[in-house]
Amino acid sequence: MTVRVELPYHLRQLARVNGEVAVEVSGAVTMNAVIDALDARYPMLEGTIRDPATRQRRPLLRFFACEEDRSFEPLDAPLPEAVAQGREPVIVLGAIAGG
Amino acid sequence: MSGVRVLVGTRKGAFILNSDGARRTWDVGEVQFGGWQFYHLKGSPADPNRIYASQSNDWFGQKIQRSSDGGKTWETVDSKFSYDGIPGTHQWYDGTPHPWEFKRVWHLEPSLADPDTVYAGVEDAALFKSTDAGATWTELSGLRRHSTGSKWSPGAGGMCLHTILIDPTNHDRLYVAISAAGAFRSDDGGATWKPITKGLHSKFLPVPDAEIGHCVHRIAQHPSRPQTLFMQKHWDVMRSDDHGESWQRISGNLATDFGFVIDVHAHEPETVFIVPIKSDSEHYPLDGKLQVFRSRSGGNEWEPLTKGLPQKDCYVNVLREAMDVDSLDSCGVYFGTTGGQVYCSADGGDTWNAIVRDLPPVVSVEVQTI
Repeated sequence: MTVRVELPYHLRQLARVNGEVAVEVSGAVTMNAVIDALDARYPMLEGTIRDPATRQRRPLLRFFACEEDRSFEPLDAPLPEAVAQGREPVIVLGAIAGG
Repeated sequence: MSGVRVLVGTRKGAFILNSDGARRTWDVGEVQFGGWQFYHLKGSPADPNRIYASQSNDWFGQKIQRSSDGGKTWETVDSKFSYDGIPGTHQWYDGTPHPWEFKRVWHLEPSLADPDTVYAGVEDAALFKSTDAGATWTELSGLRRHSTGSKWSPGAGGMCLHTILIDPTNHDRLYVAISAAGAFRSDDGGATWKPITKGLHSKFLPVPDAEIGHCVHRIAQHPSRPQTLFMQKHWDVMRSDDHGESWQRISGNLATDFGFVIDVHAHEPETVFIVPIKSDSEHYPLDGKLQVFRSRSGGNEWEPLTKGLPQKDCYVNVLREAMDVDSLDSCGVYFGTTGGQVYCSADGGDTWNAIVRDLPPVVSVEVQTI
């Protein structure tokens, strides 16, 4: 299945992509599966979304899909059907920084 | 040798500044990886087109970039810095045991002979080595496993290994400095280490002359005299003439000897540069005057260098990685500030010009003579 992903600016820059990316996910469409597919397609992103030691979401990142905050869902939980069908993107968002 | 390339790491990206040997006009290239912090970039002495860069960000973690064309293009290489074995604990600010946790790479030191070999100094303090151009990293864990390791504790900026020196006459002799564990030397390529702190005195320590715990900010060495080391400590400017076995204070006539940077003239091994800072509580120059101090006698007698530098209302800092020299006939001296200025003196410090004035806060400055 083709899953659409919106990456934050820093990661688009690191992966040298503009705008949304699309990755192929086989099997259940979960955040872990999406991140695995991202890491395979863009190896420079490895460790930037999940902490490489804990394999958990980096604390200053949030995940959204279909107007829902998915940040505190297990990474192996299925994403909404609309994401799996490519109708809606998964959004990886960096926490806002004040200043 | 006909020109210089200045590698500048900032809080919001990397910059590469180019000039010819006159060093009057500069090309300030476009920001590289804007928005990412660059703690350090350094070129290989064996192949100047090979550059390593430490790229990090509190949101997305650590990345290492490698260039093989002098910084025109970059390749992300392996960024996994795994401590050897079970890391154990060091001492936290309150004296309790705290697990070693990798946070970022502070310093990259390419081998003097092999462009594919590079050392990395990280926070929490440890030394890593890659012999495949950054494809994989292995910890030289003899340092962290030194018998004092469990007693090391961080300074305010974290427990960072920020200085790595390679003896040009014996590549197995390495020096590192850690805030706030002190300074260490290895004579066997990094397998075993000994503290080199005899003569250091830090008033803030329960035992001021202790073997470990000194907040060493920077160590510099001239390639023609590898036995001589110059150190900017938290307070105190120091020198050693026996590979760090013992140190003498050379602050001499300085009004303040707090600071971060220290470097040595390319052709005069007894000419040393520092940028004194008012105090450990006020990280800006004394009296709002940005002054480089030069000693032509290996310390103790220092002269202020002010021509071209702001002499009023200046409240920037110069961080520990942010000074370097070139090796052109008339030695160039460079430093960057937390205000975003990068200054160059093409005449050994006598006069200064800003190459650029409005970069993000400058963290590191390295110069390649090409």
